[in-house]
Amino acid sequence: MSRLRRYNLWVVLAVIVLLSLLPLPAFWVAQLNYTGLFALTCLGLVLLTGVAGLTSFGQAAFVGIGAYTAAWCSLNLGWPPTVTLILGVTLTGVSAWVIGRITLRLSGHYLPLATIAWGLSLYYLMGNLEALGKYDGLIGLNSLTLFGHEIGQGRGFFVVSWSLLWVATVALTFLLNSRPGRAIRALKDGRQMAEAMGVDTFGYKVTIFVIAAVLASVAGWLMAYYQRAVNPSAFGLKWGIEYLFMVVVGGAGSLWGAWLGAGVVRVLDEQLQAWLPQLLGMSGSFESIVFGVMLVLILKYRPDGLWSWVQQGLGKTERTRDWDDADVLTQRTKPAMGDVVLDVQKIRKSFGGLVAVNDISFQVRAGQIVGLIGPNGAGKSTTFNLITGTLPLSAGEVYFGGQPVHGLHARDIAKRGLMRTFQHVKMIPEMSVLDNVAIGAHSRSKGEVFSAILRRNRGEEKSIMAEAERQLKRVGLGDWIHEQAANLPMGQQRLMEIARALCADPTLLLLDEPAAGLRYLEKQELMRVLRQLQSEGMSILLVEHDMDLVMDVCETIVVMEFGTYLTQGTPDEVQADPKVRAAYLGTEH
Amino acid sequence: MDITIAGMLAVDGLTNGAIYALLGLATVMVFAVTRVIFIPQGEFVAFGALTLAMFIDHKVPGTVWLLLIMALVVALQEGVGAVRAGAPFQQALTRAVKPLLIPFMTAGLSIWLAPHELPMWSMVLLSLALVTAMGPLLYRLAYQSLESATPLVLLIVSVGVHFALTGLALLFFGPEGFRNPAFWDERLQIGTVPINGQAVIIFVTALLFIVALWYFFGNTLFGKALRATAVNRNGARLMGISTHTAGQLTFTLAAFIGALSGLLIGPTTTILYDSGFLIGLKGFVAAVIAGLASYPGALVVALGVGLVEAFSSFWASAFKEVIVFALILPALWLRSRHVTDDEEEH
Repeated sequence: MSRLRRYNLWVVLAVIVLLSLLPLPAFWVAQLNYTGLFALTCLGLVLLTGVAGLTSFGQAAFVGIGAYTAAWCSLNLGWPPTVTLILGVTLTGVSAWVIGRITLRLSGHYLPLATIAWGLSLYYLMGNLEALGKYDGLIGLNSLTLFGHEIGQGRGFFVVSWSLLWVATVALTFLLNSRPGRAIRALKDGRQMAEAMGVDTFGYKVTIFVIAAVLASVAGWLMAYYQRAVNPSAFGLKWGIEYLFMVVVGGAGSLWGAWLGAGVVRVLDEQLQAWLPQLLGMSGSFESIVFGVMLVLILKYRPDGLWSWVQQGLGKTERTRDWDDADVLTQRTKPAMGDVVLDVQKIRKSFGGLVAVNDISFQVRAGQIVGLIGPNGAGKSTTFNLITGTLPLSAGEVYFGGQPVHGLHARDIAKRGLMRTFQHVKMIPEMSVLDNVAIGAHSRSKGEVFSAILRRNRGEEKSIMAEAERQLKRVGLGDWIHEQAANLPMGQQRLMEIARALCADPTLLLLDEPAAGLRYLEKQELMRVLRQLQSEGMSILLVEHDMDLVMDVCETIVVMEFGTYLTQGTPDEVQADPKVRAAYLGTEH
Repeated sequence: MDITIAGMLAVDGLTNGAIYALLGLATVMVFAVTRVIFIPQGEFVAFGALTLAMFIDHKVPGTVWLLLIMALVVALQEGVGAVRAGAPFQQALTRAVKPLLIPFMTAGLSIWLAPHELPMWSMVLLSLALVTAMGPLLYRLAYQSLESATPLVLLIVSVGVHFALTGLALLFFGPEGFRNPAFWDERLQIGTVPINGQAVIIFVTALLFIVALWYFFGNTLFGKALRATAVNRNGARLMGISTHTAGQLTFTLAAFIGALSGLLIGPTTTILYDSGFLIGLKGFVAAVIAGLASYPGALVVALGVGLVEAFSSFWASAFKEVIVFALILPALWLRSRHVTDDEEEH
């Protein structure tokens, strides 16, 4: 993490201390207190929505679980706040884990739909349970008391709630800037790339879902003691939507967006509730009109939220290079030159009645570049997806380093050292080139969420960065490591993907049309990199349409047509083969 | 529970289920064609019922003003867009005036007729026209420029639209609830189970309309064009089907279905400005359980949702909403067990 960012966190802490010392009027202290509560929930939502691309309308329900646990236990059992906090967080965590296991496997829009459903059912449940006081809720709680100090509703509460908010922000900053953090960022654009890098995407989805729920639960706990009462209306779908609204307004892509959004919406809410009914001459919650219209307008014209303006002003920060003394990540033992690395035996894939890949067999030996070619629709990419485990095989066997890998998950095959690139570059566009490449080292490192939050991963992080930089230099991108990945030209994005794959210390590299869309010089650079890798002992399987490149770098070429094996041989043999000519150019009759 | 009570609950459940089926079909249709998950479907229900209630009271319904405002904003948007694109003034003006025509005619007719004593059928037609005219305007205002956004962004937009429309409904209809008179007061009897006329009307209308939709999508050019858009937007565009038109047409249908459902359900329960949301969501539950993909699926599930609601209101009335909305979770869980890796890259 850059010095400037770390500095930012301290500046924010200083401002919090300063605010707590200033003689602010009670009204503004109350606004700040609510902002803190909301921002805590929003932080989790930023992690879910902005970072990982999972949308939830149900965070208010988790706030509710935390709040009701605190209220019920302290009213009925007289338990102190510390105990109710632990219990509330546990209950919320378990519920989130269960709900997450049920719904997070679903793609895209089903999750938000499920969150709407559970938000509603939990609301009606809270509103109808006798023990929870039905729609009246529970009243008469004592103020928050921690370690013998009464915190009250004023300045003291501000210190407690904003300290928690600050700590949570710091923890999430550390998390996002680590091995698990990069994996979480990779969730946003589908799970194919992440899985191919050895990331357990479902596991991470459940993890961040639980983290977000726990943050909401802590906010609920605070809210119960702050308002000294709880009732279902604060935990219904309306609030679930409002939290998401705050995040969209503030900026879902940044943790500070949660702070900004919570503050802006809170103040706006307060002002609109006071002014709109006067203006319209009748009472009611008309602020929802403004909020609704604002939400649509922001998504249209400022999809990155208000924070993106601030970010422009702050400028970009570069990661400090601090990994010169880093340990080297463990390397796998490589096969001897000429050993069979990949042995594909009669693999087959049928989609319904269509056989896309029909009993294809070939081998790749260590230190060899093998080309897989064929006209469009020959089944090359499908073959790739079968070997890497992205698609399940219909029949056949794949041996990698002598071990059977057919039937394994894509990420388990990746962990064994079979890495790939994609026909359409898959990257995290807003992250730096270095961070993108570092994802490749996922399966070579171990640091998980807790060690990241507690910063016990520093040594490993340095090693990962050192490795990523080394691989970037290897493919000739050493000058670009701090650039935002999206800003790279196409050819260099493809090289970046190769560096990312190399970061996993692979035994075999599968490149899916690496020359597609490259200009002449970019292609020359790619060929140079491929030959260099080969000279260093790397085995490469290449799917490619560019015949110049294939004929130039490959030792062996396998030709497919309509899903079936046509022939294989050296470039000269293949070029001379009439069957290949017929496949590409048609036969004379 | 004896057979009579069970029968009454079943009739109750099936009539509500028929309404949910209509709304569920609309949800499936909107999603299939535009990839918009249309949360505000229920708002049209409330608009329909409340508009009719206002006409019955000889008042000009708030929907009139809402419609006019929406039309004016769309006109402004069109005009400004045309000028920015460099169109000559004349052309820009034409483009701006075009979306005003139908809304102003409908609104004008409503303002003129509202104070008079009208036969029921004409009030019903006016209500349907007013609400239906909002459909395409809403699409233009909120969704059209975001057509290529992800379903997730469109879903959040939908939530924004729902928020705005609920607030506007409160503004234009006020906080009072209305219960419309039944279209048909007859009380029928099947065995020991009493059935009121309104239930028959709901059931028959819903069924007829579902069959009509079936015909529309299967046998008309417009319907086929919409289906083509649903299957492959780019392909449809290449065949000369405008995605703008498809979206607007779909929203017109969705608004009509919403208004119709509102008119049907109006006599069976008290409708407030925000009642539509829950009603719409139950159709929505059906659509989601059916996978947002199958019309017959949504129909069957919707009837099931109605039945579950009716019987749970007998056994555990306080928890009927909890039960209905919780239904979605096991359904999604079952669905999630069939998710494979190749459901990506869309």
